[in-house]
Amino acid sequence: MTLLAIEGVGRRFPNGTEALRDVTLAIAPGDFVALLGPSGCGKSTLLRLIAGLDAPDSGALRWAGGAPGPGEIGFVFQDATLLPWATAEENVSLPLRLRGIPRKTVRAEVRAALARVGLSGFEEARPRELSGGMRMRVSIARALVGRPRVLLMDEPFAALDEFTRHALQDDLVALWRELACTVVFVTHSIYEAAFLARRIVVMTPRPGRIATELASPLARDPATRFTPEYGVLVREITGVLRAAMAPA
Amino acid sequence: MSWPPAIAGLLALALWQGAVWATGVPAYLVPGPIAIVRAFLAAPTLLLSSLVSTLVVTFTALAVSTVLGVGLAVAITASRWARAAIQPWAVALQVTPIVAIAPLIIAWVGDPFAALVACATIVAFFPIFSNTAIGLASPPPELLDLFRLNGAGDWATLRLLRLPAALPYFLAGLRVSGGLALVGAVVAEFVAGAGGFASGLAYRILESGYRLQIPRMFAALVLLSAAGIAIHAVLGVFGRWLLRRRGEA
Repeated sequence: MTLLAIEGVGRRFPNGTEALRDVTLAIAPGDFVALLGPSGCGKSTLLRLIAGLDAPDSGALRWAGGAPGPGEIGFVFQDATLLPWATAEENVSLPLRLRGIPRKTVRAEVRAALARVGLSGFEEARPRELSGGMRMRVSIARALVGRPRVLLMDEPFAALDEFTRHALQDDLVALWRELACTVVFVTHSIYEAAFLARRIVVMTPRPGRIATELASPLARDPATRFTPEYGVLVREITGVLRAAMAPA
Repeated sequence: MSWPPAIAGLLALALWQGAVWATGVPAYLVPGPIAIVRAFLAAPTLLLSSLVSTLVVTFTALAVSTVLGVGLAVAITASRWARAAIQPWAVALQVTPIVAIAPLIIAWVGDPFAALVACATIVAFFPIFSNTAIGLASPPPELLDLFRLNGAGDWATLRLLRLPAALPYFLAGLRVSGGLALVGAVVAEFVAGAGGFASGLAYRILESGYRLQIPRMFAALVLLSAAGIAIHAVLGVFGRWLLRRRGEA
C-alpha cells in the first residue's frame, strides 16, 4: 500500500538552478524515511513539495485519498520557530486554533501533546525560558498535535548538542512507534539517518537525484549506537554516498 | 535615575549662575538659572497652560500617527500595489522640511488646532510607519509556512503572527515619534504664532523674545525640553512594560 507516490518529479527554480530531477519514491503508511545527502542536493526542496508548500515543474505527487488539507501535514523545521510571545501551550495549540477549533476544546489535547514530548509542567513557559532541546520538543508537539497524516522534519536536530540530539532521536523513535505515524526526515548526518530511519534514501546534488536507497534492519534503541552492525551500516552508507558524489 | 547626570547638571547650573554674577551680564542677554525660576514663578499658569496646549497637540498628533502609520504599514504589507503606491509618498513626506510647508498647511487648513496636528503628524508619522512595516515583515519564512500548512488566511496570519511580531518594532518607532511629535508641534506653533495664533509654548517663546523677557523665554524652553524628556521616558517605560507582560525582553 502506498500513502504517497512521488513520480518523476523535477523542480527548477526561477534563477535556473535545477533542484530536483526525475525523483521517484513511494512512501507507505508508517514508513520512517530519511532523505540523506549533502547540502544542495534538493532534499529540503523535496520535503517542501511533499508539504505542498511548493509545486513541481514536472512529474506528480499522488496521495492515497487526495492531497492533504490544512493541518494534515506536520512540519518540524531546523529551528524550533516558536512564537516568542506565546507560552508552550499556546504554541502547541496554534495549528488547531488556525483551523478554527476553539481554544477550550483543544486544551486536553494540547496538554497530552506536551506530555508526550516530556514537557508536562512547562505549559506556561515561554520559549526564552526553555533550552534549545526543550524548544525543539515543543516544536515536535506542535507538529503532532493535529494528528497529521505525515510528519515532515527538515534537519530538526542539526542545531542541537550531541547529548540532546541523542535524547530527541530516542524520543522520536518512541513517538513514531506509539503514534504509528509516517515520518519523512531530512538530514545530512549519516549517523542520524542510519539510527532513525527504516529506509535511507541517498540523494546527490546538482541536480538533486535519488542515488540509491538502503534499508536499515537495526533495532532502534539507544544501545544500537554502540553495536558493530550500526558501524557497518554507517560505513555502507558512506561508501554509497562517496560513490554517488564521485564525478562521473 | 542615576546620580552622575544629576550632579553634573547641578554643577553646570551653579557654574552658570556664578558666571552670570561674576560678569554682571544683563538678564536680557543671558539670564541665570535663578532668574529663570523666578520668571516661571511669576507666571506659572500662563506657562503651564501653554505647555498643556502644546502637549495636547503633541499627543493628538502621536495618536493620529499611530493609526495612520500602523494602517499604512499593514496596507503595504498586504498588497504589492499599495506598497508601490504609498512608499514613495511616505518618503517624500518624510524628507520635506516641515518649516517649509507649515505656512501652507496653516493657510489651507482653516482650523488652527487641526493645522498644528497635521504639521506634527507629518513629522512624527514616519518612524511608526517604517518600523511597523519592518516588524510586520519580520516573521521567519518557516512560521509563514507553518501558518499556510494549517490553512491560515491573510487575516489570521496578520492577527496571530504579523501584528504580534511587529509590536517591539512599533514600540521603538513610537518612542522616536513621541519626541518628533513634540518638535513638529513646536515648529508648527512657531509658524502659526508668527501669524498671531496665540497658544502653546512656542508662542510664549516668540512673545517673550519680542518683549525681551528673556528669562521667561528660557523658562518656556526648559519646560519644552523637560516635556520632551518625559515623553521619551514614559514611552520607554510603557514599551518595556508591554513587552515584559508578554514574557519578552
